[in-house]
Amino acid sequence: MSRKVGDVILDVQSISLAFGGVKALTDISFNVREHEVRAIIGPNGAGKSSMLNCINGVYQPQRGSITFRGQTFKHMNSRQVAEMGVARTFQNLALFKGMSVLDNIMTGRNLKMKSNLLMQALRIGPAQREEIAQREVVERIIDFLEIQAYRKTPVGRLPYGLQKRVDLGRALAMEPQVLLLDEPMAGMNVEEKQDMSRFILDINDEYGTTIVLIEHDMSVVMDISDRVVVLDYGKKIGDGTPSEVRANDDVIKAYLGVAH
Amino acid sequence: MVTTTFPRLMLEHAARRPAAPALREKEYGIWQTLSWSAVAALVHEIAGGLAAAGLQRGQHLVVIGENRPRLYASMLAAQSLGAIPVPLYQDAAAGEFVFPITNAEVAFAVVEDQEQVDKMLELREQCPGLRRIWFDDPRGLRNYSEPGLDSLDALQTSGRQFNADQPAYVDAEVALAQTSDVAAMFFTSGTTGHPKGVVHTHASLIDRAQAGARFDHLTEHEEVLAYLPLAWIGQNIFSYAQWLVCGYVVNCPESPATVQIDLCEVGPTYYFAPPRIFEALLTSVMIRMEDASRIKRWLFERFMAVATRVGPALMDGKPVGAMDRLLYALGGLVVYGPLRNTLGLSRVRVAYTAGEAIGPDLFSFYRSIGVNLKQLYGSTETAVFVCLQPDHEARSDTVGVPIEGVEIKVADNGEILVRSSGLLRGYYKDPAATAEVLTPEGWYHTGDAGFLDAAGHLKIIDRAKDVGRTAAGAMFAPKYVENKLKFFPHIKEAVAFGDGRDQVCAFINIDIEAVGNWAERRNLPYAGYTDLAQKPEVYELIRECIARVNADLAADERLAGSQISRFLILHKELDADDGELTRTRKVRRGFIGERYQVLVDALYGGKNSQYIETAVKFEDGRTGMVAADLRIMDVKTFPVLRSAA
Repeated sequence: MSRKVGDVILDVQSISLAFGGVKALTDISFNVREHEVRAIIGPNGAGKSSMLNCINGVYQPQRGSITFRGQTFKHMNSRQVAEMGVARTFQNLALFKGMSVLDNIMTGRNLKMKSNLLMQALRIGPAQREEIAQREVVERIIDFLEIQAYRKTPVGRLPYGLQKRVDLGRALAMEPQVLLLDEPMAGMNVEEKQDMSRFILDINDEYGTTIVLIEHDMSVVMDISDRVVVLDYGKKIGDGTPSEVRANDDVIKAYLGVAH
Repeated sequence: MVTTTFPRLMLEHAARRPAAPALREKEYGIWQTLSWSAVAALVHEIAGGLAAAGLQRGQHLVVIGENRPRLYASMLAAQSLGAIPVPLYQDAAAGEFVFPITNAEVAFAVVEDQEQVDKMLELREQCPGLRRIWFDDPRGLRNYSEPGLDSLDALQTSGRQFNADQPAYVDAEVALAQTSDVAAMFFTSGTTGHPKGVVHTHASLIDRAQAGARFDHLTEHEEVLAYLPLAWIGQNIFSYAQWLVCGYVVNCPESPATVQIDLCEVGPTYYFAPPRIFEALLTSVMIRMEDASRIKRWLFERFMAVATRVGPALMDGKPVGAMDRLLYALGGLVVYGPLRNTLGLSRVRVAYTAGEAIGPDLFSFYRSIGVNLKQLYGSTETAVFVCLQPDHEARSDTVGVPIEGVEIKVADNGEILVRSSGLLRGYYKDPAATAEVLTPEGWYHTGDAGFLDAAGHLKIIDRAKDVGRTAAGAMFAPKYVENKLKFFPHIKEAVAFGDGRDQVCAFINIDIEAVGNWAERRNLPYAGYTDLAQKPEVYELIRECIARVNADLAADERLAGSQISRFLILHKELDADDGELTRTRKVRRGFIGERYQVLVDALYGGKNSQYIETAVKFEDGRTGMVAADLRIMDVKTFPVLRSAA
């Protein structure tokens, strides 16, 4: 493997998040290195999605800081995060069901478009040239994800596994440096999971994209991740390579329960 | 007489019409065109690269992948050096490649992508002779550092260097080639034992490609979609041999999943598909019509009735009344035209199907909407073209007339023997197998039984080894009879007995969906397959179907003896899990005859019913019993209609 894991690109320091009296996350710290596949795992309600939402700027943690490429933030909205090169997919798909696969992925190019809404609507001047250029990027993603046969199919008519792939395609369209994947394999059958694992590794490999993924399914995570953070009840109980995590007593307890 | 080779044909096109399109490939949503001169340049580079890598005259080059321009170019490049391309099935498992690669002492392989590269690397231990592997699509392969593994880009680069150093080398090699040199080898998937390598020369392939092209007046303006496996000789003939002979355009689909979309975009004029593809297309149309609005459905039904009545006659060039012509023209405007367009067949001038029997309804559906669908007969060993149907003489139960250069002879046992200049040179390294199929006088044993009918059309009835004789000495072709029965939507499987017997009897499996639907529309209640199968009404329905088959068989002197006298409907569906069908859903007649010996005895013993109990395996592995008292029924048979012949 020539893919080189680089320096720390994303550093999460002592994040705490509470909704009223409910503590979702307590004093979580971990980091993500450039070009690595980093997984956050944990049982239901462990705070995995909350963690992702903090990185993504959807939630504002009460305490702690997030450092991205050396810049530290306390408050950031999701657009700023996106402009910094962080893209994400959603656990419960947030696609435009009535729009075609092509158009859905095209929306991911929104931040890269320079022409304004009026020019785009009237297809005048640079807008058309720009659309052709953007379309090329989108076509490469369609090719990469092997969804050429569904280019013009409305997303709502596709099976779930393919919708997940379109969701991934839209995130890729932002040409992100960091890709946050929220349970990319949820609700999939074995074959779809294998496909998705392959795509995640290919993205990491071909584009060098750093990947942070949340996953429920331990087996998948252990196969494709470089390092794994384990959360349970909003606390970090483990961090390390898959084999280290697998040997961690707290992790075994959280996942398998304790004999009483 | 063939006086050229494939590389020379390609170079002639490049010289005569350099800018004309030769290959198209859809990439990133846009069709990219390679002109003949671009193909020639590409082939020259790859040939240079292969020469630099040490590919020698007479050596084999394995090619594995979907239809991709650079794989085509690699085959031409190998032939340019006098080497022999061996295309293999891209969906085969790695283990299946071991035999051909070892057998043909292959040292070089050009493959499509990571999937194929992984397979090659997996079998490297077993095939130590496989030295170099090149891939077309680098995706996922950047970090592979295996000795001898490289991209086609790298091969082209080394080819440019080689050609710069020895500018005349490749052209000199092309000039050296004889038409009698081996051009390609195709491995046939033997059902028993190892696959056999069928060796063809430039002369045999080009001869058949030219004969087929003349038969259908193919020109350089044809458009073809290359979507079947390269390793299958049909694909090779349609989009390689005839491509180079005629100089038309071959289009490579974007991916296997987009074939139907690409078909619509390309609109081929010359098209081949096995019957199952035509059937799948028709089914998709019918399902969509079910969901269409009432007006559309009405229009569709109305005009399809017109098409069924008028279309085939028009297609056959028979006289049709003015009113019918007008109605058909109107139908063409509102139904057939749009339908052909949706199917991607609107520009088809010549369409072929072959490989298995095609149902008469399916066949005439396409002809009735104006698609010139025809049948052909041939095999890997005959370089495909033996018999073809002329434009106005297409029928579902024959496979056409012997075309130019073909002699046909029927052996005493009914087996068809073929002699033509397109026959294989032999099976690779297997003189014993070659001697079995190829006589010293040059006749090839097809293994198929059949005969030429009064109009000179070849009719295939069965595999020769399955054809028997009834006690009265009449020819009995079980598969032919079974196929005729299975063309009825109500009959799913049929098993015919009669070899050495005084009459022909049959087991029938009804199609539970079709007959179930039929029963529901008649308010006929039933409790599952076994119950429905024994309903007197269902027996009556099946009896009518069989009587129609008998009437059909009676029309032909040779087959009249195969008419079915008695039948029963089985109490359970024949199942591969119970060993009654092969995994490809062919009935195992012998096994079924033994397993249901008591039923066979009852059929021939003149009984009216027979009780039977059968153990069955369920999908979850449990076993159970199915028991029933089966009725046995007689069917009307017909006296032979004396034909003029």
